[in-house]
Parts: sequence; C-alpha cells; structure tokens
Amino acid sequence: MNTKLANKITYQIPVGPIHPALKEPVQFEFEIEGEKIINVDVSLGHVHRSVEWAGTRRNPIQILYLAERICGICSYCHPMAFSLATERAAEIEVPERAQYIRVIHQELERICSHILWAGVAAHEIGFDSVLFLTWQIREKALDLTEYLTGNRVTKGITMIGGVRRDITKDMYPTILEGMKYFKDNFEKIRKIFLDDKTFKLRSQGCGILTKEDALKLCAVGPTTRASGVKKDVRVDQPYFAFGDLDFDYITPDLITGEINGDVYDRIIVRLLEVKESIDLIEQCLDKMPSGDIVSEKKIAKLLSILKKADGEGIGRMEAPRGEVFHYVKLNGNESPHHWKVRAPTYSNILPWIPMLKGNQIADIPIVAASTDPCMSCTNRVAIIDNGKKYQLDKQKLYELSVEKTRRLM
Amino acid sequence: MAKGLPKSFKKSLWVYHCNSGSCNGCDIEIIAALCPRYDVERFGIKLVGSPRHADVLLVTGPVTRQMVEKVKRIYEQMPDPKAVICVGNCGNTGDVFYEAYNLVGPIDNILPVDIYVIGCPPRPENIINGVAKAWVKLETLEAK
Ligand code: SF4
Repeated sequence: MNTKLANKITYQIPVGPIHPALKEPVQFEFEIEGEKIINVDVSLGHVHRSVEWAGTRRNPIQILYLAERICGICSYCHPMAFSLATERAAEIEVPERAQYIRVIHQELERICSHILWAGVAAHEIGFDSVLFLTWQIREKALDLTEYLTGNRVTKGITMIGGVRRDITKDMYPTILEGMKYFKDNFEKIRKIFLDDKTFKLRSQGCGILTKEDALKLCAVGPTTRASGVKKDVRVDQPYFAFGDLDFDYITPDLITGEINGDVYDRIIVRLLEVKESIDLIEQCLDKMPSGDIVSEKKIAKLLSILKKADGEGIGRMEAPRGEVFHYVKLNGNESPHHWKVRAPTYSNILPWIPMLKGNQIADIPIVAASTDPCMSCTNRVAIIDNGKKYQLDKQKLYELSVEKTRRLM
Repeated sequence: MAKGLPKSFKKSLWVYHCNSGSCNGCDIEIIAALCPRYDVERFGIKLVGSPRHADVLLVTGPVTRQMVEKVKRIYEQMPDPKAVICVGNCGNTGDVFYEAYNLVGPIDNILPVDIYVIGCPPRPENIINGVAKAWVKLETLEAK
C-alpha cells in the first residue's frame, strides 16, 4: 500500500451531544478524511427534560399539555398518541365524529410540517428565497390551524375520548378555501423542488439509504418510504377514521418510476404527502357524520373514570416524521404508573450512518435535514486537529454547504 | 412602535438565537417572524450565526443541565452593550416542565434577563415587540 495513503490522517468531529430540540440527546462522532466522511458513530443519551418522569406525577389530562410540549412541530401527534394509549388502557370509546375531526387536524399538521421542512431543506443548501416562499405558504396553514383550534403552534385540541372543538358546517368554506390555496401553490413548489437544477444537483445521489438498510435500521416515515419500504401506520393499522378513507403508501416511483433512496426521493415523498393530506381533509369533510365530539364532557367525571382504570395501552400514529409510539400503564391511581414515548426521530437517527458515509462534510446539513430531525444538532461541531481544537459551528457548516452549491452551478 | 424610540434607529439590531432545550415551538415562531408575513428584516433586525456579532440574545427553552455552561459562554461572548430576551414561558418560569430534575432554569437564574416575552409559544407579534423593547434599552445605554 502506498505509504502516503497509509499515513493519511483522519479527523474526528464530534457533533452534539446536546440536541436540545429532540426528546433524545444525540451525539455524533464523524471520522473524516479530507472532505470525505469515512465513518459516523452515533450515541444516544438519557431523557432530557424528564418529561416522562414529570408525567408520572400528573393526571392524564394534565399530561396532554405536557405531551404537547415534547415537540413544538408535532404538537398534535404526541398528545394524540398519548390519548390513544390512555383510551385503550381505560377502554374509552371515541365518538365517530371525533375520529374524523382528529384526522383533519393530523393532516393539517402534516401539511404544516412538510412545508416547514421544505423551507429548512432549501435553507440548508443556501436557497433562502425558497425558504421564504415556502414559509409564506405555511402561514396559510397556520391561519387555518388557528381558525380551527385557537392557537398557531401548540394546539390544545386533544381531549381523552375525543377533541375539544367541533368543526361545524359554517367552517367548511374557510377550510376548503385553504385547501384550494395549497393546491394552487403546489405546482409552484413542485417545479422548484423537482425541476430546479440546483436542487437536483445537491439532492440526487446524495445521502442514499438502501431499502435493505432502511429495513434493517427500522427507519420510519417519509425516510423509509423514500427508500421503497411500504410502511405507514395509517394504512397498516388504521386508527381514527383512516380505515374509511381512500389513500395509499407514497413512494417516489409514483413520479420518477424508480427508487433511489436519496435526498431527492425524500423530497418527492414529502411533496406527494402534502397532496395526499389535502385530499384526506376534503374526504373527511365530505364523509363526517354528525354526533358528539367527545365521549365524556365533564372533565371531573372523566378523571374519575381514569383514576379507576387499571390496564395498559399503546398508541401508534403516523406523525409527519414517521411513527410515534406511546405506552401508558394505568394502575388505579391519579397519575399513570408508567408512560413511555418513542418519537420518530429516534428511529431515523441510525439511518444517518449509512446516509452520511462517503459523503462530504458540506453534505451533512442537507442529508441530516432530509430525515427531518430538529436540526439544532449541528450547532456545535468541534474539529480536533492534531490535538488542537477548533470550532466548526452551524454557521460554518452552512457556509460550506452554500459554497458547494455555488461550485456546482 | 415602542415608546421612546427615536425617529430613525441608529443601528439595526442583530439577534443571536440560542436554544437551551426548548420544544421548538418558540424557535419556529422566531423564524416565522423573519419570514414574509411578519418580515422583521425590514426593520433591520437580522438573525446572525455568531454571538460575537449580536446585540441581542434571544433565549428559548428551560435551560437543561447540559446547556447551562453553553448558555453562559454565549452570553459572555457577546459584545457590550447587549440585551437578553427570554422567549417563551418555559424559559420564564419553567412552564410545564417546572419540576423536572434536569432543569436549571428559569433563565434568569443564569443570565440577567432584560425582557420577558410570555406565551407558549408567543406569537410573532409579541416576539417583535420584545425585540423593539430591547432596542429602547440599547439606545438608552448608548445615550449615556
Ligand atoms: S415556551 Fe412553550 S412553545 Fe416555547 S419552547 Fe417552551 S414549551 Fe415550547
């Protein structure tokens, strides 16, 4: 072997370990050779804000508001999965109408989250005008959320056994108008993301996750579907009213006819899912039966039912980033005996390893962002250069990424 | 516009945003304030990537144990005069996480906070209002 090559120094770049936005703190250790990533190591830490611990000292209705604050972007999925689990544990029936309203909120959150992601992805490759464009469209989704729930981000709509606010007939025109706005803008966004030269150059063939790896590492959500794995809790194990609605798995071959599992494919999947969500909301408005929106209106009575309940339940939901999983055990006390949360990003972290291997440092932001984690992870990166430590922060990484886009143009 | 501001601002405020363990709710509202609907860049308010360039520190989140040192270091790296804005209830009081064992916050245990922006998360209008108040502080400091 060439001695020059054998003596080549590799550098270690630690990323993390604090990932403030996620429920799981994460640490990455990159081993790089020049610009190329040759190895990535991920270590997961302990629970961060001690949310689960705090949960076991509160009653289930208080936990709804705690669960809402696990993640600001999935602020609907977490309390909903918790209430699904609690409903199973306490054997509470949810009225039919509430099931449809639950679907509407979930799909609205998905639209919001995917558009948000599209903006972040554009930002990561230095395409800020697209960030502004997509976030302008997202404001419409937030307006709708505010119209339906009263809040922009943390929605406070979940109630064990139903939802807290009804969607009445006179609200339909506003919702439909919102859906029309998204449909009108869809083509614009599709063109930018799928036909634009810059996007194609940066995303095609970058951050590849093969189908085998996706299966092996249990990736979830759009990340795994982009690799061709047909996995979607909404279809596999329908909850809410999803069993009555007409939709299917989204994989990138619907547009391109082939599956590569790269960043480009993940963009396609998310774009198509926005379209699907619009369609699902319209179907729900069409089919929504009349009736109650919550099984037990009096909170005190509901609490006493929950206090007596003894049992365990799980709640699985397809959040915008993949499957979110809650486990609850009630044992006849005020607060649950045990509560366990597994957020989708937890499963999507390990796939980062095969995705990042062999790519360049400048690709870290876009590859990492392509699984839609909360990106604060790249905040603190330190390169150890012969024992001398210097910082490569998010800004620097971002600059490297922007530079690469320019070079490719 | 906040009371006490001169007709034309002497400087544009550069803001550094530091996430000390928040749920992301506040962070997305801060970005929303930068985007076309609220567009704070028209006032010259800009998010910067380094605390060394910043006039104002926006802190979100309840400050988890691992973040304490980092938050302090960021504050120390900022040049004077500076202002600290705490965005969101969980940084102000602990909010739903108040009793958690892994928190060292609220933020005013760690940094001298000048402006508290409440809400969980606060609306972008409220955040902009907070930054405008920081302006008043900085301009009065400069006048001295
Ligand atoms: S104040 Fe609320 S929305 Fe903001 S970071 Fe804290 S918990 Fe999240």
